[in-house]
Amino acid sequence: MSDAPNANDASETGSPNEPDDPHDAREEATVESDEFEPVHVFEESEEMDLRPGSDDCYKCSTCDSVCPVAEVDDEFPGPKFQGPEQWRLKRKGDRDVDESVMSCSNCMRCDSSCPSDVPLSQMHNTARGEFVEEQMEKLSREYVRNRILANYRFFAEVASRMPRLANFVMGNSLVQAVNERLLGITAERDFPEFADETFREWWEKRGGSAASKKRAREARAERGGAQARSEDKRVAYFHGCYSNYNTPEVGKAMVRLYEHFGYEVLVPPQKCSGTPMFANGMLADARRAAETNVRELAAAIESGADIVASCTSCSMSLRQEYPELFDFEGTAGVAARTYEALEYLRLHEDLDGSLEAADADLDGAAFAYHAPCHARNQGVDGQAVELLDRLDGADAEDVGPSCSGISGTYGWKAEKYDASMEIGAEMFDHMEESPAETGLTECPTCAMQMEHGTGYEVRHPLEVLAEALVDGEN
Amino acid sequence: MAIEDDVTVVGGGLAGMTAALAAAREGAAVRVVSHKDSTLRSASGLVDVLGYDSDDELLADPFEAIPDLPERHPYRTVGAAGVREGFALFDDVVGDRYRGDHTDLNALVPTHGGTVKPTARYPASVAPGLASDDRPVLLVGFETVPDFDAPLAADHLRAAGVPFPVRGVTVRFPGGFRADAARTRLADALDADERVAVGDDAGPYSESLPIRRALAETAKDHLRGEKRVGFPALLGRHETEEVRADLEAELDAAVFEVPTGPPSLPGMRLEGALRGACREAGVRFTTGNPVVDFEIDGEADDSDPDSLAAVRVERNGAAIPFHADQFVLATGGLVGKGVDSDRERVREPIFDCYVPHPDDRYDWSADGAFGDHAFARFGVETDDDLRPLDRRGDPEFGNLRAAGAVLGGYDFAAEKSGSGVSLATGLAAGRRAAEEATR
Repeated sequence: MSDAPNANDASETGSPNEPDDPHDAREEATVESDEFEPVHVFEESEEMDLRPGSDDCYKCSTCDSVCPVAEVDDEFPGPKFQGPEQWRLKRKGDRDVDESVMSCSNCMRCDSSCPSDVPLSQMHNTARGEFVEEQMEKLSREYVRNRILANYRFFAEVASRMPRLANFVMGNSLVQAVNERLLGITAERDFPEFADETFREWWEKRGGSAASKKRAREARAERGGAQARSEDKRVAYFHGCYSNYNTPEVGKAMVRLYEHFGYEVLVPPQKCSGTPMFANGMLADARRAAETNVRELAAAIESGADIVASCTSCSMSLRQEYPELFDFEGTAGVAARTYEALEYLRLHEDLDGSLEAADADLDGAAFAYHAPCHARNQGVDGQAVELLDRLDGADAEDVGPSCSGISGTYGWKAEKYDASMEIGAEMFDHMEESPAETGLTECPTCAMQMEHGTGYEVRHPLEVLAEALVDGEN
Repeated sequence: MAIEDDVTVVGGGLAGMTAALAAAREGAAVRVVSHKDSTLRSASGLVDVLGYDSDDELLADPFEAIPDLPERHPYRTVGAAGVREGFALFDDVVGDRYRGDHTDLNALVPTHGGTVKPTARYPASVAPGLASDDRPVLLVGFETVPDFDAPLAADHLRAAGVPFPVRGVTVRFPGGFRADAARTRLADALDADERVAVGDDAGPYSESLPIRRALAETAKDHLRGEKRVGFPALLGRHETEEVRADLEAELDAAVFEVPTGPPSLPGMRLEGALRGACREAGVRFTTGNPVVDFEIDGEADDSDPDSLAAVRVERNGAAIPFHADQFVLATGGLVGKGVDSDRERVREPIFDCYVPHPDDRYDWSADGAFGDHAFARFGVETDDDLRPLDRRGDPEFGNLRAAGAVLGGYDFAAEKSGSGVSLATGLAAGRRAAEEATR
């Protein structure tokens, strides 16, 4: 693991003098910097290694000043301590990872604030993994609760077989009270509803990839001109758990939008992206899920597809966390060829032009857009607003830079609930001040928090764009 | 096809944001692409034109000295008029948050190290601390804010010969904050005027006070008739003027901030002001990933310099192109990583623009920390249009201009000219790019 090349190192020392064409994202080698030679100064660095980049930290503390948890929790020592300082302390031997690392919500804001390219979130993920593995009591309520939250997909799959019953049970206030008492899962929040039909069920019923291929061809023929080029355009959709079990409308919008632009959509088998597992230090669970995902997605790449995700935490995980933490064959290639769904269309199609030409029925539609932290880290946080600017009749206002506070499983923990709402307060205020009455975000849990804090209905940008650009086919 | 703007600015510091703002105000569609959050967070918030000439002489009027600067100096490229325009844009953006625009003369601002820095513009919160004022000063430092040692700073100021008595004391920041609480945490507490417990921790009766009053009372005990009190710059993130006014009322003395190192509240406030102005002008920001290389416009004519078609942002192995008509390079100098070096040579890492430097690495630096280092002036050389020049003296690209610390030929640390060069060349490069793009 310590040898896994990390992207931050590559970006600092890499680029120009590389023998391969550094422009070609399909070359897996582009991720690995030829110039990166790990030096093992300390013997113990063979194992759990918090070292990468820690020597680059000059303690400017900028990361601490952007950490949303540190802003509301005076007991939390902040990302600088959790990363480089903790490694230095541990290096001398008998020091354990400090349990405060469990209060990090894995928003990864520290990464983009560090002027010295210290791979902070990688260090936090690694430290959290070590803490859970070695120091956490496996029979403790906290461990069991975290494991349940981190493995949301497992329970969602069971629940989705009988969604109505599951919704009834989970919406029951007695069950919620028991959840809080017994497991420490807050009763303040309404459990997300399970869809009657999962995205995958819809997809199979619709005819799967074969139907998608046909529709894409038809769309290409209809659009004609340069769009009708003969070669197949193909993407593999990483839908993630939430758009499969809870909001299949997001997945459907993605499929329609892509087919409209002439893309054949593949939906490879997949497991959870691992984001909630990283955030809870369940690295073994994450590794298992990642192994499946990398294998399946690498196969899709082999068949000529790029990977697109509609959840920014899923794309973040495939793009950054996998290559930082794992070294399965194909990991780097998957990272290099994974995109956020709108970003990919923007790069390959004239999305701006299509939106300008769209005869959309969105008159007066105003959205209060919140950029998820994991969209910020990928540099795609402004695009939803930019795109809706092109659309006649629609307006999106960015409600500011604050974190929504829920951070996946974080805001579901009873002991973190208050902090989560305190972090989100700035966003709630900005949403209330905005004239818009619909929320907009790419992240399912940010959406939960936006709804929870303001009562707004929240939509995914893909849904809005599909509505604007694609006729209401099913 | 793809993401396209009139002008793409690479770099989100003072030069980059100034270029973007200037271009957007000319009517261009502008995008700033920057790797990390703005480096302005680490900046002191003081904005200089020129503090010292090449003989290390303190300058009273920096504008007067511009014509005597070496020919390669960026100020010579844009001229004194260009420098004034840069500062006019700045004054417009910051409004009453800054002072110093009534005069060409340098102001003398005490720093956290106890030196006196000549500077052209300074935050309003710094104004009562100027060294040209002769009212006695008490500096108040906090045990948990180690980069401002008030007694030491007072000693240094006395040694520098300031025309007023100055003392320094170190106190405990009121309210039981962590010893390693971030400076921004203390600033936020002052913004919100949180109530904090005061008095002896051990006592059975605790009293709580709004933190601004608690802070004033802590400092009051140390006042010996001083008319001015200086604190490290953490007096609120947003409500600095109210915090200062409350403290002044309690202390019956003028209250000022002493700029500190990173993370710097005055730097963050300035970043906020510039970012707000940019957004208002329609500038788009894409941050989080580095620009690593570029695409050439295939239709370029052989006789003319190549034309850039796009810059490529690297993200875990994928290269994402950002197309534009014109580009501005504002990536910073050696510290900001806009200029890089290895054992063999010094280079500009994105476009591989030529950076003049001695062949022998031992000539890159001089003896002694404060020697006359060649590396301090490393950076790209440009034509009058701020286009970086190659080894032969021809523009590297027809549509690339450079601004700020990536420019060579000046030593901002010795001259105290960093932000002035960023403002002046940022404005010139941004405006010129917009003119070309919208023509």
